[in-house]
Amino acid sequence: MKPIRQHQGIVASLDRANVDTDQIIPKQFLKRIERTGFGQFLFYNWRFDENGKPDPTFELNKPSYDKASILVTGPNFGCGSSREHAPWALLDAGFHVIIAPSYADIFYNNCFKNGILPITLPQSLVSQLHSRIESAHTATLMVDLEKGTLTDHHGFAASFEIEPYRRHCLLNGMDDIAITLQKDESIQHYEQNRPLWYSIPNK
Amino acid sequence: MKPRTLFEKVWDRHVIEQEEGKPATLYIDLHLVHEVTSPQAFAGLRLHGRSVRRPDLTTATMDHNVPTIHRSQPITDRTSVAQMDALVKNCQEFGIQLYDLDSPEQGIVHVIGPELGLTLPGKTIVCGDSHTSTHGAFGALAFGIGTSEVEHVLATQCLQQQKPKTMEVRIEGMLSPGVTAKDIILAVIAKIGTAGATGTVIEYTGKAIRQLSMEERMTICNMSIEAGARAGMIAPDETTFSYLRGRPKAPSEELFSEAIADWKQLVTDDGAIYDQQVILNASDIAPQVTWGTSPGMGTEVTNQVPFPEHYPTESEQKSVRRALDYMGLTPGTPITDIQVDRVFIGSCTNSRLEDLRAAAQVVKNRQVSPHVKAMVVPGSQQVKRAAEKEGLHHIFLAAGFEWRDSGCSMCLAMNDDSLGDKERCASTSNRNFEGRQGRGGRTHLVSPMMAAAAAIKGHFVDVRQWEPTIEEGLG
Ligand code: SF4
Repeated sequence: MKPIRQHQGIVASLDRANVDTDQIIPKQFLKRIERTGFGQFLFYNWRFDENGKPDPTFELNKPSYDKASILVTGPNFGCGSSREHAPWALLDAGFHVIIAPSYADIFYNNCFKNGILPITLPQSLVSQLHSRIESAHTATLMVDLEKGTLTDHHGFAASFEIEPYRRHCLLNGMDDIAITLQKDESIQHYEQNRPLWYSIPNK
Repeated sequence: MKPRTLFEKVWDRHVIEQEEGKPATLYIDLHLVHEVTSPQAFAGLRLHGRSVRRPDLTTATMDHNVPTIHRSQPITDRTSVAQMDALVKNCQEFGIQLYDLDSPEQGIVHVIGPELGLTLPGKTIVCGDSHTSTHGAFGALAFGIGTSEVEHVLATQCLQQQKPKTMEVRIEGMLSPGVTAKDIILAVIAKIGTAGATGTVIEYTGKAIRQLSMEERMTICNMSIEAGARAGMIAPDETTFSYLRGRPKAPSEELFSEAIADWKQLVTDDGAIYDQQVILNASDIAPQVTWGTSPGMGTEVTNQVPFPEHYPTESEQKSVRRALDYMGLTPGTPITDIQVDRVFIGSCTNSRLEDLRAAAQVVKNRQVSPHVKAMVVPGSQQVKRAAEKEGLHHIFLAAGFEWRDSGCSMCLAMNDDSLGDKERCASTSNRNFEGRQGRGGRTHLVSPMMAAAAAIKGHFVDVRQWEPTIEEGLG
């Protein structure tokens, strides 16, 4: 996993509530057995019409968002299915930072596992961002994870918090499986004391 | 000792290490695996030269992708085949028990776990699937994880977890005939919203919950995730123990009484405090029907499609308008005037034997409306055989339903079972998201009885008024 410390990028606005992972990556694209290549299917059913043509009315199809790497969206983003294909698709399509008033738990957690920074801001600030992007006041944002700040070139400034351990892991791009494997002695000790009835009979 | 909730007891039992300011290292007793969210996890293991720590605590099945018809013929969808083949290969290589397509125990992962007796009180259970919350009905701490965490559990049998908060959802009173566990959970979600329980583990308590069967409890815990919760739990009791006794993977008889003595301690202590609390009375709950594109957008069958302008905030009005537009519904339309094209009875929410019995009772000696296409997809091959033993398949087939093999099927439409554009479906599944059952498809979530009644009449009906009279068997 790549560490993320500072990020500057073009910001896109998707002002919808409860965007679920079925929309982020529709199920017909879950059949791949690799982690890569999902970006082309991001928001597929919204981005394209039934004939596979881009739908000009979909917010993220604006040409100015082509190179966007920061997504500002609505509350309860990423609800529904646990599919990690959702953050894979976002990352593959170039999004490294998401800004929303709230997230669904599993999605939020999956972001950290993939080096995506999900920033939580109060609804009022998120709404402000949406309108600034809409009126082209904000085109790019600077994110500093170490300082916990978010700024643009025209006077927007906000601070955000990430729970310290998660922040530490993102800043250092840590492999948490390796960390758990170091606890082998405690795990073994625990396993020796598990109740017998939790062993699964082989029949 | 400080009084603790059921969740806290199960949590505490599984914490291996807890450093200040860091997530806990939590031991996992049972890891369930399916074909869609696991291939990249196994690939990750290989990439790092890691093995599966406890193949004996890992069990796999195929459910999301599998065909529910013509099983003996080769599958035509090559990408699905690749995914199933990958699972076979991974399970062989790492020594994991797999219930594959030909297995008599194959079925939806959340249906077969309990059915086999793998799901037990006090266990920690994970699966790369959000509806893992189903298993909480047994007093297990069960939650869905992403693929990176699937890999983590395969490699270490542990997870790094932040401790969630707790929420009590207490259902007092008694359900009326024709009102089911599905209606309870839909009513809870309509009340607290799809993010109402975010960051929490729900414990369902109260008289109405205690009276439910294990299968009904599973329906409730299953949809905890639709309220945003990490997991749902119900304290184990005699209903739980008698369901489990004698199941193939449950503890042997010698261990069973010892286990029960331990499991009886898995109740919330008097005086324990939940972070949040919601109370509903079961007798106030009517059959529910969702009208929108999020499980919280639901109402009672006796109501009407809502008016967007009646919602307090502009953003709510906007989402309601969008949802009604997608669903092709006009505000003010009585729910019972909504006509359906398709009926789906299935999914890990409502595809167990009792669900099929309830639906069959409504259908018996009647015909599916001529403009409706209806199907029943049992949750597992075992459920299918048990239903056939009771002759339920004859009732469904005679009425004009299709009777399929088990799998996720039209719950998420990854196989060939799906809705066409603008087709409207009464579905016993758990998600009514845009396109969930097929691009442009319109899903209304309901109970099995409500789905069965809609199939017969061609539109929603209040199943409480179904003939023959309630006394003759409904509820
Ligand atoms: S039946 Fe539906 S909700 Fe349940 S595991 Fe399958 S796809 Fe998921």
